[in-house]
Amino acid sequence: MSATSSTQPGVAVQVRGLRRHYGTQEVLQGIDLDVLPGEIFVIMGPSGSGKSVLLRHLIGLEQPDAGEILINGESIQTPAVADRYRLAMVFQSGALLNSLTVGENVGLYLREHRLKPPAEIARIVTEKLDVVGLKGTENKMPGELSGGMKKRAAIARALVSEPQLILYDEPTSELDPLSSVVVGEEIRKLNQRTGVTSIVVSHDRDLAFGIGHRLAILHEGRIVALGVPEEIKASPLPIIRNFLNADFKLDPSNL
Amino acid sequence: MFQNIGEMVLLFWQTLRALPLTWRQRDKVLDQCFEIGNASLLMVTVLSFFIGGVLTLQTGPTMVERGLANYVGGIVGFSVARELAPIMMAILIAGRIGSAMAAEIGSMRVYQEIDALRTMNINPIHYLVLPRLVAITVALPMLVTFSILVAWLGGAVVARLTAEIDIPLQSFFENLKAMVALKDVAHGVFKGFCFAWIVGIVACHQGLVTRGGPRGIGRSVTKAVVNAIVLIVISDFALTRLFVVLGSFGILK
Repeated sequence: MSATSSTQPGVAVQVRGLRRHYGTQEVLQGIDLDVLPGEIFVIMGPSGSGKSVLLRHLIGLEQPDAGEILINGESIQTPAVADRYRLAMVFQSGALLNSLTVGENVGLYLREHRLKPPAEIARIVTEKLDVVGLKGTENKMPGELSGGMKKRAAIARALVSEPQLILYDEPTSELDPLSSVVVGEEIRKLNQRTGVTSIVVSHDRDLAFGIGHRLAILHEGRIVALGVPEEIKASPLPIIRNFLNADFKLDPSNL
Repeated sequence: MFQNIGEMVLLFWQTLRALPLTWRQRDKVLDQCFEIGNASLLMVTVLSFFIGGVLTLQTGPTMVERGLANYVGGIVGFSVARELAPIMMAILIAGRIGSAMAAEIGSMRVYQEIDALRTMNINPIHYLVLPRLVAITVALPMLVTFSILVAWLGGAVVARLTAEIDIPLQSFFENLKAMVALKDVAHGVFKGFCFAWIVGIVACHQGLVTRGGPRGIGRSVTKAVVNAIVLIVISDFALTRLFVVLGSFGILK
């Protein structure tokens, strides 16, 4: 695949043979993935399966022991390539800077890189906060926001760079069911409106099947299933059946 | 330990290379300067006044008894300017500001705020370390200068008010002026400048390598303060020795 212009929304992501050790533990054991431009790709799996580690590699926060990550066919290990594409990540906790107001957090990227004059930044901040339903919270501190609002503010911050790829790390963790639906809807609406490629890491089954175009199940550092939601739901693999059907009636010793 | 030293040297080098970006971070530098000054000024005043006073109280009666009353101002002035003020201020700032820096950066590390900066292509060294290091490098020598003046005043007041010493203010300062040169004050201020780098780099480094939750932050804060104090005392000896050697060659005498 050839490189696309940075103005084109949604990029293709390919992961080839990604491996990562921490000490003696191999957390990623040769991951291969293809994420299509503009799709919402959900990576599911139990806690400790390596989902968040995979996401941190995709955004470049960690370097793999082996394998490579390609964006539109170009390896992002090359700094020039990584700079050409606009990638953003929404962290599990939101990771808003607590010393800054919500507005300052959202405008941080533009302000630090001096991409726009202050008045224009203020306008963009208001616009992005409006997109995620947080208009009027510019002057609040992150500590004054609820968990769901923090995640939406983090999404607004990610949107400011007009990304071609957004990575969401457990976007609905620690949220009540209603807030989870709101955040899930935001992810879907953004994807429909902007065509941005979205990779969502989650163990929230409702979110995954509700918004994902395709899903991958990660277990002990390996992709054990990949397909559209219906294919995953119909998978006969015991590990997937147990994960998808887990409830309080299930015998944990079978997991 | 060697890994820590290597990382700190590297962090210092990366921060030095980022110095041309200081103007862009000037708001943060001013905020940090205000934070350091505002948080420390009252404490510095009280501490310096009483350190000057105690020094006079310890040396004054013995010297007066031996007929050396004319040297009390000089001894106090010299000790404060060259040694006590810089090391006292550095330890105070390591405890008060170094701990706060390590806690703030450590908390940002633990709660993924630093990762968030990196995903926005914002270099944490430029954004977090540079303003703090520049601010402490500006503020600590200023606090040392202020501390020297207050400690001299404290010494003079105690010399005047203590019956066993009873040296008039004017005599104290005349003697101080005769024995203490501007280069002695510059010596202390220079030490303050070096100690500022130590406090800033140790604190920022400990913050950046924080692991774990609140317990990890607590551990980083403790290490930042203890390591900074140890390094301050060791480097104080090294700097003093260096000045003695340079003095013997007629340089900086």
